[in-house]
Amino acid sequence: MTGLTDLGLIAIRDGVAKGEFTAVEVAQAFNAAVAEAQEALNAFIVTTPEAALAAAEKVDATRAAGKELGKLAGVPIGMKDLFATKGVQTSAASKILEGFTPQYESTVSQKLWDAGAGMLGKLNLDQFAMGSSNESSAFGPAISPWRRKGDTAALTAGGSSGGSSAAVAARLCPAATGTDTGGSIRQPAAFTGISGIKPTYGRCSRWGIVAFASSLDQAGPMAHDVADCALMLEAMAGFDPKDATSLDMPVPDWSALLNADLKGKKVGIPREYRIEGLNADVAKAWDDGIAWLKDAGAEVVDISLPHSKYALATYYIIAPAEASSNLARYDGVRYGLRDLPDGANLQDMYAATRAAGFGAEVKRRILIGTYVLSAGFYDAYYTQAQKVRTLISRDFEEAFRQCDVILAPTAPTPAFALGEKSNPLDLYLGDVFSVPASLAGLPAMSVPAGLSSDGLPLGLQIIGRPFDEQGVLNAGLAIEQRAQFSAKPEKWW
Amino acid sequence: MTESTYRIQGATGEWEVVIGLEVHAQVTSNAKLFSGSATAFGAEPNSQVSLVDAAMPGMLPVPNMECIRQAVRTGMAIEAAINKWSRFDRKNYFYADLPQGYQISQLYHPLVGEGSLTIEADEKAGIPEPKVIGIERIHVEQDAGKLMHDQHPTMSYVDLNRSGVALMEIVSRPDMRSPAEAGAYLSKLRQIVRYVGSCDGNMDQGSMRADVNVSVRRPGDEFGTRTETKNVNSVRFVMAVVESEAKRQVALIEDGGKVVQETRLYDPDKNETRSMRSKEDAHDYRYFPDPDLLPLVLDDAFLEECRASLPELPDAKRARYVDGLGLSAYNAGVLTNDVDTARWFEALLAATASAQNKPEADVAKQAANWLLSEFFGALNKLGKDLSSSPISPEGAAELLALVGNGTISGSIAKQVLEKMLETGDAAGVIVEREGLKQNSDTGAIEAVIAEILTKNADKVEQYRGGKEALFGFFVGQTMKAMQGKANPQIINELLKKALAG
Repeated sequence: MTGLTDLGLIAIRDGVAKGEFTAVEVAQAFNAAVAEAQEALNAFIVTTPEAALAAAEKVDATRAAGKELGKLAGVPIGMKDLFATKGVQTSAASKILEGFTPQYESTVSQKLWDAGAGMLGKLNLDQFAMGSSNESSAFGPAISPWRRKGDTAALTAGGSSGGSSAAVAARLCPAATGTDTGGSIRQPAAFTGISGIKPTYGRCSRWGIVAFASSLDQAGPMAHDVADCALMLEAMAGFDPKDATSLDMPVPDWSALLNADLKGKKVGIPREYRIEGLNADVAKAWDDGIAWLKDAGAEVVDISLPHSKYALATYYIIAPAEASSNLARYDGVRYGLRDLPDGANLQDMYAATRAAGFGAEVKRRILIGTYVLSAGFYDAYYTQAQKVRTLISRDFEEAFRQCDVILAPTAPTPAFALGEKSNPLDLYLGDVFSVPASLAGLPAMSVPAGLSSDGLPLGLQIIGRPFDEQGVLNAGLAIEQRAQFSAKPEKWW
Repeated sequence: MTESTYRIQGATGEWEVVIGLEVHAQVTSNAKLFSGSATAFGAEPNSQVSLVDAAMPGMLPVPNMECIRQAVRTGMAIEAAINKWSRFDRKNYFYADLPQGYQISQLYHPLVGEGSLTIEADEKAGIPEPKVIGIERIHVEQDAGKLMHDQHPTMSYVDLNRSGVALMEIVSRPDMRSPAEAGAYLSKLRQIVRYVGSCDGNMDQGSMRADVNVSVRRPGDEFGTRTETKNVNSVRFVMAVVESEAKRQVALIEDGGKVVQETRLYDPDKNETRSMRSKEDAHDYRYFPDPDLLPLVLDDAFLEECRASLPELPDAKRARYVDGLGLSAYNAGVLTNDVDTARWFEALLAATASAQNKPEADVAKQAANWLLSEFFGALNKLGKDLSSSPISPEGAAELLALVGNGTISGSIAKQVLEKMLETGDAAGVIVEREGLKQNSDTGAIEAVIAEILTKNADKVEQYRGGKEALFGFFVGQTMKAMQGKANPQIINELLKKALAG
């Protein structure tokens, strides 16, 4: 039989339900894969094979007792180490939270456990989810299982959810959670040939997720394909009274309602995303995507998102501003790292703790954020950015009068090599296509479209109207069916 | 409006004081502003702290609508504009008692806008007429925790029980011109929040405290530079701060110095303020809208409920006591001064009216006089107040009814009250048991009178000869002979008759 670890989330769930294999067998298979790859891929910060087994045993017992199984019964998953997990270190890939073990479980992770999923471990990420290459992790970057043709250079698995993308792509877990603030689910999915969706802001509770930028952070699933994402998102989403920004709306049966027939649908192609010097492979994948959606019955229309060119600047003001405040709580007083030099007073302790506990990228963003909120600069930066954010949202509102979904590349290039982009600005520029949907709070997903000329996955991004995850998933499915993306990284680890 | 004539006499002439108060009032609620934690005063350190209050990673604030409701009701009580759309901002600074590293407050869009309250005229205090004091705004915000420096020789401890407790910040206009006005404003504000029930007003427990902004100027000049003295926790101290700080500023200016805008602390032992930090090292708080919270939008139904649940407020109540119940302005003022007194009085009034089957207006004076001149004194002797009174308004009404229907005299009523306080027994039971019923038997009284007139024939002579002042002597003797239980009105009538001979 195909290895259990090659199976996706639904296949595992169904196989367990039918008795083709037990949940424990699945957990064991993935635990072994995780252990084998850990050194080479560094996808996990903490592995929890016992937790995966315990959850699996429970599912097997439930099934044996003839009781109803949860939506994700028997599926072991990876948990991005930004979600608080009770009794398991939650570090946000930082030194300042190294060893921090929450006494509480995030809403989203709890929902997943309640649905019958088990935890293989806590996945690597960019420190506090700040980054797009995983290089800001205090525990070293996750390594992509993919390599360029004829090259052994270590590539980025993307970021910030790079541990998640590496682990799913390398089949260390059938699915993983991600969080997306400016593209942190979509870009790593695109870089590693998997699917991932960021739902509408507010769909998934933020309670228990270490905050980066509160007005942008949104959890979502990363998995083999669109159907797996749809099902996992159903388990993750839902109103949470503990999150004041949570959407009080029913969670649709996205997976049951999947439909790749796009007749009568209009797909918008934003002309501003056709940037000069766009990577030829990316441009070709985009054209392929347009053709596939036409083939699925959609009408393709040209649309304009005129304020797109300001999106990156806006994002890199708003996100650091919120982060500078959100990260103030890591002060060495109550939990996490405390660096108390001899004779230090309170201010000295703050300075020493935060100097030692935060990485360079986190410090950079705290500084940027502090600066843009400062007296005398606030209006020029923060207020202005909020105004532009409104204009960007309005662009989308206008566009969605003419179309149902928008198709664009997920990232301007395929995955790059670790260490290749040493200037932070180069990294920031990689978020150009993903950030606008984040600023507008829109659902957006990345699906694999093909391979670049040097053999690396390319992703296509579908952006939908608020609350229309279904439209996004349907268009994603239409692409998936036509792209027939079946490439897998050759196992070298 | 007559302006205050309060002046600081400097070496170079007179100075006028300008005062504004920022009052922090803890909202009465079982739970904190953004978490479900309890808020009891005096609990064990760190026993009332949720994950949110301790700012654990990933924790989020959710507004407690009861706190919002109380702030709105307070706003309505000062006739302020209520903003149906308001927003929370973060005030960022680092301190060990501030777990989040920011305080959630409302800088840009407060919940309550412009309002006012009226302080009463108080001639003796230099407030010749009632004066309207403007209130700029009320916003809600989180309190911080508390540092404890006395627990360990080299370390400070943090108690987060107060962390996240809801405060209303009530910001006045710089409309006050004397310590007395500042004191009267704070007292009035305290009175109003206690009536509304939005704050218990316990200043000694920190439920209410004031930041006192003071500046001085030549009468009629532009405002001077102000200082802000933080966390003053009694009316008396607020008045002392105004006076000492104004004098300090005058002396400074007259010495050729300049007042600097700064934050100061009051030292009650030395009765002086001292600098805490100047504007130069003031924090840049980097206020910005809290992205964890949506704007607060209030609907009409919510506002209507807030308005409908407002009690009669002190000014209206006082006016009604005078106009509707016929009480003196002074008594009305004392009875309405504190909400607990007014509540007790109204319960007494209702019970008294019903016990005597009369309209409230007919028994109001009796009830008010008894409460103010008899009962307060008696309680006071026992070291008690209305809240700890062993006698309920209903029990008191029974006593007043016994006086009202002539069963006992006013002086016997005093004895009965003492017994009631002593034993906890009902007035009727005591009167019955001790045989204190007033004697209205004219025959018996006439017999006693006859005896006394016989014994004191000389005095009768004198009385009849024009020494009418002796009438009191005969009343006293009669009453004494009847152990005080005779109906005094009947004694009067019968004595007059008998003496007229």
